[in-house]
Amino acid sequence: MRPVFAFLIFVFISGITACGEREQVVEQQSEKRYQGKRDGKPWDSAPLAAEFRGGTWTKGNQQSWEEQIKQRQLGQHEHKRIYQ
Amino acid sequence: MARMKFLCDAERCIECNGCVTACKNENEVPWGVNRRRVVTINDGVVGAEKSISVACMHCSDAPCMAVCPVDCFYRTDDGVVLHDKDLCIGCGYCFYACPFGAPQFPQAGAFGLRGKMDKCTFCAGGPEADRSDAEFKKYGRNRLAEGKLPACAEMCSTKALLGGDGDVIADIYRERVLRRGKGSEVWGWGTAYGPGKPGAQPPQPARKS
Repeated sequence: MRPVFAFLIFVFISGITACGEREQVVEQQSEKRYQGKRDGKPWDSAPLAAEFRGGTWTKGNQQSWEEQIKQRQLGQHEHKRIYQ
Repeated sequence: MARMKFLCDAERCIECNGCVTACKNENEVPWGVNRRRVVTINDGVVGAEKSISVACMHCSDAPCMAVCPVDCFYRTDDGVVLHDKDLCIGCGYCFYACPFGAPQFPQAGAFGLRGKMDKCTFCAGGPEADRSDAEFKKYGRNRLAEGKLPACAEMCSTKALLGGDGDVIADIYRERVLRRGKGSEVWGWGTAYGPGKPGAQPPQPARKS
C-alpha cells in the first residue's frame, strides 16, 4: 500500500511541476549561448539631474528603480491621471 | 518586475506616426532604418480602418535569438531583447525569423549593402557602458537607465501605444476596455478573460445615474 501511495504522490508532484511556467526572466548574464559583452543594469546608473525629469531612485537599488519606472508607467494611464 | 512589453491600442491609434518620429529623433536612427512603423489595415474604409504601431516586441522566447548563428542576442533582467553589434555579421537570419519584421539593416556599412542589424532596443541601449557615447552611437539612447520609458510610448499623443512592465500596461489596457466596452477583439480578450468564445467582449461597465 505504501509504495502505491508514494507513487501517487510522485505522479501528483510531477504533474503540478509540468503545469508550471518556464522561467523567462533574468537570463541575461547566465545566457549560455550569448557570446558578447556583458551589459550593465539600468539601476546601477545614477538618476539624472532634476531638470531632465528622469525621476529619482537610489543608485544600485533595483527596487527603487522599479518603483520609479512603475510611477512613470502610470503616467500613461489617463484614468488615473484625471480622476486621482 | 515582470517583462517589458509594448501594447498598441488599435481603437486609439490615429496613424500620426509620432512614435516613428520620436524613435528616430531620440535614437538618431539613420536613413533607411525604421525601428518602429505604423501598419494600417482597411485603409480608407470608413469604420473599418485600424492602425497599430509595430516594432520589436521583445519576445519571451525570441526567434531572432534562436536562429542567430553568432549568438549575439541576449535578454536583460527586465525582459528586453538586445544584441551586440560587435558580434553581428549582418547575415539577415533574424529578419527572416522575426514575425514582426523588426530587424533592420542599414544600406551602407562595413558589409556593403547589408550592414549590421539594428532594431528597437526598448530604449535600453546595448552592452556598452550605460549612457556612454559609445552606447548612444551604436544603439541609441538608454532611457531605462535614465529612469524613463521608451520615447515612442511616452510621446504617443493618444496613449494608444503603451510601453513598460507587462503587468502594469495590461492593467491599464484592461481598465480602458472595461470603461469603453469594446475594442479588445484584436488582442483576444475572450481567450484571456472571457468565456473562451472567439470574439467575446468584456462585460459592460455599470452606468452611473
